Amino acid sequence: MRHVFCVRIGPIGFRVGSDWRAPIDALSDLYRYYPAPNLPDFTVRLEATRPWRRWIRPSIAIAGDYTLPEAAPLPLAQGLLAAEMAMNLQLALGGRRYLLLHASCVERDGQAVLMTGESGAGKSTLATLLAAKGWRFMGDEFALIDPDTGLVHAFPRLISLKNAGIAAALAARPDARFGPLLKDTPKGDIRHMVPDALSVGAMDEPARPALLLYPHYGAASETRGVPASESFVRLTQASTNYVAMGEAGFGALARLVRETPAHAIDYPDGAAAVAQVEALWRTR
Amino acid sequence: MADALILARALADPQSLALDTDWTGLVTMARAEQLLGTLAWRLDGLPLPEDVAVLLADARAAAENGRRAALWEAEMARRALAPLGCPVVLLKGTAFAAAGLSAARGRSIGDLDILVPRASLDAVEAALLAAGWEWVKPDPYDDAYYRRWMHELPPLIHRDRDRMIDVHHTILPLTARVTPDAAALLADARALGNGLSVLSPEGMIVHAAAHLFADGDLAGGLRNLWDIHCLLCEGLEDDPDFALSVIEEAARHQLDAATALALRLTHQMFGTPVKSYTHPARLDLKPRPLDRLYRRRLLARDDWGRPTRPFTRFAFYVRSHWLRMPPAMLARHLWTKWRRG
Repeated sequence: MRHVFCVRIGPIGFRVGSDWRAPIDALSDLYRYYPAPNLPDFTVRLEATRPWRRWIRPSIAIAGDYTLPEAAPLPLAQGLLAAEMAMNLQLALGGRRYLLLHASCVERDGQAVLMTGESGAGKSTLATLLAAKGWRFMGDEFALIDPDTGLVHAFPRLISLKNAGIAAALAARPDARFGPLLKDTPKGDIRHMVPDALSVGAMDEPARPALLLYPHYGAASETRGVPASESFVRLTQASTNYVAMGEAGFGALARLVRETPAHAIDYPDGAAAVAQVEALWRTR
Repeated sequence: MADALILARALADPQSLALDTDWTGLVTMARAEQLLGTLAWRLDGLPLPEDVAVLLADARAAAENGRRAALWEAEMARRALAPLGCPVVLLKGTAFAAAGLSAARGRSIGDLDILVPRASLDAVEAALLAAGWEWVKPDPYDDAYYRRWMHELPPLIHRDRDRMIDVHHTILPLTARVTPDAAALLADARALGNGLSVLSPEGMIVHAAAHLFADGDLAGGLRNLWDIHCLLCEGLEDDPDFALSVIEEAARHQLDAATALALRLTHQMFGTPVKSYTHPARLDLKPRPLDRLYRRRLLARDDWGRPTRPFTRFAFYVRSHWLRMPPAMLARHLWTKWRRG
């Protein structure tokens, strides 16, 4: 394709081709400290929805190895979002090496905290706040569980901040690099934040899952233990490839919930949540 | 512009791949043509760059999971249909996997396709509905069209496993100019020993050729042609004149032209070791002028996985409708579809 960018995020390599220069320039800038893959695992294409839509009211169709027929096109101004969505989509639909959990993940001393929940539960924000406290950020979209080792691999792509989360992240990490503010996207206002140097530099180091958390924003602080059986069911829902992975997926998930203590935490604000996580960390 | 010739060559002769192969392009193309698992098996054991080897090992594992899931789906259908006592013949990918054929190695398997006697169709439909399959197409025109004119029931999907089943009673739409002998295909089917069966080796090839050249617009055609190559190679191992039996079987179903085309193209593109015959049946492998057009269509894919050659594609799309129904009926059908958006 006319414009190309390749990047490796954790163990996953992407090749992004685009009909326009702008999305590629944005990716090259924000991913500038990431390595290039030897062989991309997935190909992403940002194509004009119709030939003339390359110039007239440019409109991006998200395509690649894997495509969702119902995916809505995005305007060129949201090209970075289109690229990020397309990369996630490839991994979600095509990833088979790792069990994929929709979760954010931070690490300390080789041990990882996995946080999963519905959109809006605050898993991205929480991971960002913990990273500001010295935790290594491993990702806010997917946690990659290796069925052979049980270890979680990092996938520290750009952090996709939404609406109120943008200001919270700016306050917590005033030193961080941010992408352009994308207004009025299908998901509201979005701004991408580049993970810190520790996160990118150590992204090839996996960690042992040590805590599974189910955060819930907007209630008084409360923590309760979650039995392995409930964790298992919750995580089958949070996985994009549990069924496709077959027996390996079942084995990986069963091992994860058996070996990793799990808690649901309700929290009223970020500071309280960080305190709750760190308290659980000390007593794990 | 790049086309999928590199992929066809890699499948036919893996040793021919050079060290400086565009692996990214090859992998992307193979994935787009649903041939990545097949390619992975063909290249297994060859010296490859490490990242390529890892990616292809994943593809083999994924295909193995897919094979297991497809066989399980066949078993689910068997359990649902066993009380009816009617023959149930597996078709396409699931059949290749169930019969342990080389065409199944790494092959991606989508829907479950079965062939049953037309007289049993109502009972089969009722049994599947009772066992948890549900209609996909809610549109009454489509539903009525399927039931009146198609060679299969409207697709059913299982509500728990989310897997589709296509129930065929013959191998071409009833509107096509050609009428295969479905009863003969059923009569020649080979039992697998578990209550299910598969078509005869010749029948499998004739069905694949019918599906590829007498029905659709050649979408996914490279994979179907590769199936035919594998089936032929396996048949030729047991019987050097296997191609003759295939041609004779094709004649019983008025599919000699489509089958001969399949044999010529697989010979040209994959080097299938078939030879020409003049007696007792005629098979001429000499390339014909139109073969080039078919090759152009089958290879219309670039190194970014994009479909290429839009005019060729469109021509084959028009052809598929032309083959499928008489002109007046086609006009009526397109008019109805267009009015309904």
